[in-house]
Amino acid sequence: MPNATTIALIPLLPLAGFLLLGLFGQKLFKKSAGLIGTALLLAATILALYTAYEYFFVYGKVDGVYQKFVLLQLTWLEFYKGVSIDMGIIIDPISVMMLVVVTFISLMVHIYSLGYMKGEKRFSTYYSFLGLFTFSMLGLVLASNIFQMYIFWEGVGVSSFLLIGFYYDKPSAVAACKKAFIVTRFADLGFLIGILVLSYSAGTLDIGTLIQRLTSPESNVVKTATAYSFLGASALTWGAALVFIGGAGKSAMFPLHIWLPDAMEGPTPVSALIHAATMVVAGVYLVARLFPVFSITTPGVLEIVGWVGALSAILAAVIACTQTDIKRVLAYSTMSQIGFMMFALGVSKYGGEAGSGYTASMFHLFTHAMFKALLFLGAGAVIHYVHSNDIKDMGGLRKYLPITHITFLIACLAIAGIPPFAGFFSKEEILHAAYQNNMAVYWIALITSGLTAFYMFRLYFSIFWNKETPTFAKATAGKEGGFAMMLPLVLLGVGAAAAGFIPFGEFVSIDGKPLVSKINLVFSIAPVALGLTGIMAALWLYKKQNNRSARLAASLGGFYKAAYHKFYIDEIYLFITKKIIFNLIARPAAWFDRNVVDGLVNLTGTSIQAASEGIKKVQSGKVQQYAIYFLTGVIVLAALFIYIWK
Amino acid sequence: MLAPGLYHILFISAALFFIGVYGFLTRRNLITMLMSIELILNSVNLNFIAFNKYLWPQKMDGLFFTVFIIAIAAAEAALAIAIIINLYRSHQSIDVGNAEDLKY
Amino acid sequence: MNLLLLIGLPVLTALAVLLSRNKQQVKWISLLGSLAQLGLAIALLFAFRQERAANNTAQMLFEQHYKLFAALNINFHIGVDGISVAMVLLTSFVVMAGVLVSWNIEKMTKEFYFLLILLALGAYGFFISLDLFILFFFLEISVIPKYLLIGIWGSGRKEYSANKLALMLMGGSALILVGILGLYFTAGHSFDLLSLSKTNIPGNIQHIIFPFLFIGFGVFTALFPFHTWVPDGHSSAPTAGSMFLAGISMKLGGYGCLRVATYLLPEGAKEYANIIIILSAIAILYGAFATMMQKDLKYINAYSSVSHVGFSLLGIGMLTQTAITGALLQMVSHGLMTALFFAVIGMIYDRTHTRMVAEMGGLMKVMPFISTVFFIVGLCSLGLPGLSGFVAEITVFMGSWQVDDTFHRIATIIAAMSIVVTAVYILRAIGQTVMGPVKNENFLQLKDATWNEKWAAIILVAGIVAIGVAPGWLNNLLRPAAQVIMDRISGK
Repeated sequence: MPNATTIALIPLLPLAGFLLLGLFGQKLFKKSAGLIGTALLLAATILALYTAYEYFFVYGKVDGVYQKFVLLQLTWLEFYKGVSIDMGIIIDPISVMMLVVVTFISLMVHIYSLGYMKGEKRFSTYYSFLGLFTFSMLGLVLASNIFQMYIFWEGVGVSSFLLIGFYYDKPSAVAACKKAFIVTRFADLGFLIGILVLSYSAGTLDIGTLIQRLTSPESNVVKTATAYSFLGASALTWGAALVFIGGAGKSAMFPLHIWLPDAMEGPTPVSALIHAATMVVAGVYLVARLFPVFSITTPGVLEIVGWVGALSAILAAVIACTQTDIKRVLAYSTMSQIGFMMFALGVSKYGGEAGSGYTASMFHLFTHAMFKALLFLGAGAVIHYVHSNDIKDMGGLRKYLPITHITFLIACLAIAGIPPFAGFFSKEEILHAAYQNNMAVYWIALITSGLTAFYMFRLYFSIFWNKETPTFAKATAGKEGGFAMMLPLVLLGVGAAAAGFIPFGEFVSIDGKPLVSKINLVFSIAPVALGLTGIMAALWLYKKQNNRSARLAASLGGFYKAAYHKFYIDEIYLFITKKIIFNLIARPAAWFDRNVVDGLVNLTGTSIQAASEGIKKVQSGKVQQYAIYFLTGVIVLAALFIYIWK
Repeated sequence: MLAPGLYHILFISAALFFIGVYGFLTRRNLITMLMSIELILNSVNLNFIAFNKYLWPQKMDGLFFTVFIIAIAAAEAALAIAIIINLYRSHQSIDVGNAEDLKY
Repeated sequence: MNLLLLIGLPVLTALAVLLSRNKQQVKWISLLGSLAQLGLAIALLFAFRQERAANNTAQMLFEQHYKLFAALNINFHIGVDGISVAMVLLTSFVVMAGVLVSWNIEKMTKEFYFLLILLALGAYGFFISLDLFILFFFLEISVIPKYLLIGIWGSGRKEYSANKLALMLMGGSALILVGILGLYFTAGHSFDLLSLSKTNIPGNIQHIIFPFLFIGFGVFTALFPFHTWVPDGHSSAPTAGSMFLAGISMKLGGYGCLRVATYLLPEGAKEYANIIIILSAIAILYGAFATMMQKDLKYINAYSSVSHVGFSLLGIGMLTQTAITGALLQMVSHGLMTALFFAVIGMIYDRTHTRMVAEMGGLMKVMPFISTVFFIVGLCSLGLPGLSGFVAEITVFMGSWQVDDTFHRIATIIAAMSIVVTAVYILRAIGQTVMGPVKNENFLQLKDATWNEKWAAIILVAGIVAIGVAPGWLNNLLRPAAQVIMDRISGK
């Protein structure tokens, strides 16, 4: 049986790091903060690997099926009988897989940051934020209660906010972190309401019970919930769709992706950890966690998931081809790859062979974490060296950054899906799943993977080849970051090269039964050929300095321009927020309050004043006037008494 | 010769009353106003006496009340004249139009 | 535990303040007094829990009963349940912090502290009263000091704001008085809350009395559209005044709405529940939107208070046990949070001499401690898990969602939408003040928080975190008491 304490320690160690460094870091651990954080995370990683080993090879499998264990349910906040937020730990194949991914990537980033962030004024703060993020992410992964997931979901959101805004005196960073937080918050609203809907229908917040109650079609819960309809869709459909909005926001799916490219304002290791490998896949994880509900009860929503994923994948790939900021290209590539994971879930079904999309999605999540973190860390090394994000300032760096060059190349090959690198295997599985279930999505995916190869190698050639002599000053030449920065690159490089050989289906599948990979050579010809074509095109355009790419861009005309401007989605949002929400809602609301509501209050005051101003004239100080009033009054009263109230 | 009846007396008292009221409302001089008030009071006295004599000759209430009013009128006159003197001292006039400091 | 201590201690402190000779004495006496009161409140919490653990299921604990005026059946009756304990705790936290942040008041120090303690006395008395007469008495005690605090130590249009606040609150009090008298005469000449709660008041009479009481208390707690004293009052009040106003005073109203109006007049509450829900849903979203346009930090917090307090009223209007618990959680949470917010604004204002968001920038660089606290309170305000705001809002949502019809669902969704708008205005405020480049060269010379300010902030942050990280204890305190109210509403 799993040991709850060991597993609980995995998230608690980074939390300890956060508290320790956050409270006392600036005073006590100004220098040693990095080492403390890294040491704590190393311990957590070892525990995670140990847990994974124990789970997959020792106790996890019972009768050939991987079991789901729920350990340690502490009531955190009880709402009413049977419905409470519990802090629990769930152990099943995907959570264990995520444990390993999160701790490992986080450890790599911790080590890398020792070199990259050296000499930073808020060094200890940085490490405390990393600790907070890792804690929240692990809590999210281990959540056994849907509200627990939401809590940590917000937790990763805020850590992401803090880390994007780490350089808080840069206005662009401030804008980016606000944008990231607000856009994801908007999506979280959907998540929250989705939770309310689902949990009300199921009468529980516990994920296991919830799935169980919502997936048996005969149960009364499902019957009543499907009977209640709103705008033509049942309550459960709405609930699942709203939950997916939350996932789409966090995972930067179209149209909620606009925060991700801007989030690159954060330090590069942060982008590697949060905005490439771990946090942004939380949406995928969420859908995977509730996959039985999506696939059995609300297949319609799952179809939407698939289409949103496919659309995001190709849209992001097209935009990535035109961007010149190295980190933005990678950001769009992240979005595109997450789109792959999403539509892989979307085309999957529950159980057995038909569930291969689920396994493929998780597999891709796993390999993507490796090569995308590697790409970002490599990009970080380049930026560290060149002091610029723009690929126009780079070129010919292969001689100066040999280790970075090789590892970056590995990562590019992996993401382009060239065998035998990791990305090939996971992408093949996804394409295969799509091919079996949805041909349209399959074609989109195929084109996207060709584009992926093209834009990644465009990046690669622009950075490491293109110009023979770099344009920047050579004063810093020869220093390719320290050991701390190179070690993670090498380790991740090994991962990106070899992770594909893990028989993933053996371990992770929707129903816990092993799934044998169905890749065959014939099927692989098309995507690999397309990938190679993409690479060749990039080679032809970008290996040497030439004007072919400019001519190509010119010939594409308006389309290129639209892609370069990210299809004007940012502008649309800006229009909606600035023009509509600010000017048409907020401003009138504030005006209304000051003038109408408060005006009414003041009106009461002034009208009373005006009335008394009028009445006070009566008190003239002239005795004879008073006497007249008095007399009139007496006469009137007398008349009343005599003629009316006899 | 016709003996005067209740209505005759009431007529005189009413006339006295309205003369008093008229004087009180139109005169500017405080002394005159005070005199007008005396007229009003005396008209009331007349009424009391007359009602007492013609309606309840066996009772004395009307007479008592009249004596009360005469006493009060005396006191009032003393008080009012004291006020008027003070007013004269501070305002150098006993015109009621000038004594409107108590307005508002 | 003798509840008279809770009232006696502030009285003694106030007297000692009056008799003290110099400013230093005044401050230390107030600090010691409020510290002792804090200790007392915590002791009350533990004593209460102990009694409950020992299976003392009486509705009110530690009751005391003295005859004040037998002919009219007016009694001095005090006692506490979970709600009162939570409110007393909240008050003692805010008072402690308020005393600490006012450390540098130079003008009429003695009078200032005297009034602060008088206000606190009113609040303590209010929360433990079980007799409507003394409840009203203590409510009034806490109004007058506010007028003076704003009128004398305020800034800006202080006379206007003080007048407005006092008049609106007095108007509320008048309505409350009418309501209380209505209750007194219809329910057998009794002011006693517990005996009234067992009386059956005819439904049509409840329908008449309820609006008086609810609107009356609603004015105190910024019920839309009677909320406009909030922005003006806060913006003119001195720091501690704002803290008390938002942290304690607005809670008097919320407590009254629940304990007096809803609890005693359940039929009235059911009759008007939909109106309450509509008004509070409007207040939540509209307050949040109005906040977006504010430029002055105090106005930002004042309007956001209107929005946040809407959650309390929404919870009350939903009439489910969970929602009412959520409403109470929100009162406690908002009390701590908003007091902290005003404290931070005061600290910033003392240094930069401006409250305009646009004139600041990069304060994180200059005063990291204050800025960090600003961050924390901002995140609490936008409902971040781990801080108290989240717990309260979620409980309200969960409770509201239990009412299964379209009207309540829509109201809940409207209220939930505010979490996005809140995020927008909080992040705008944080982004422009704390983050970004330092706009004003003069700011570079500014100092970070002093010891008293640090402690004030730490006390309140501790409260927020204690609720946010482990809400169970507070929830367990409030839930049974909310259940009692629910039992009366559902007619058990």
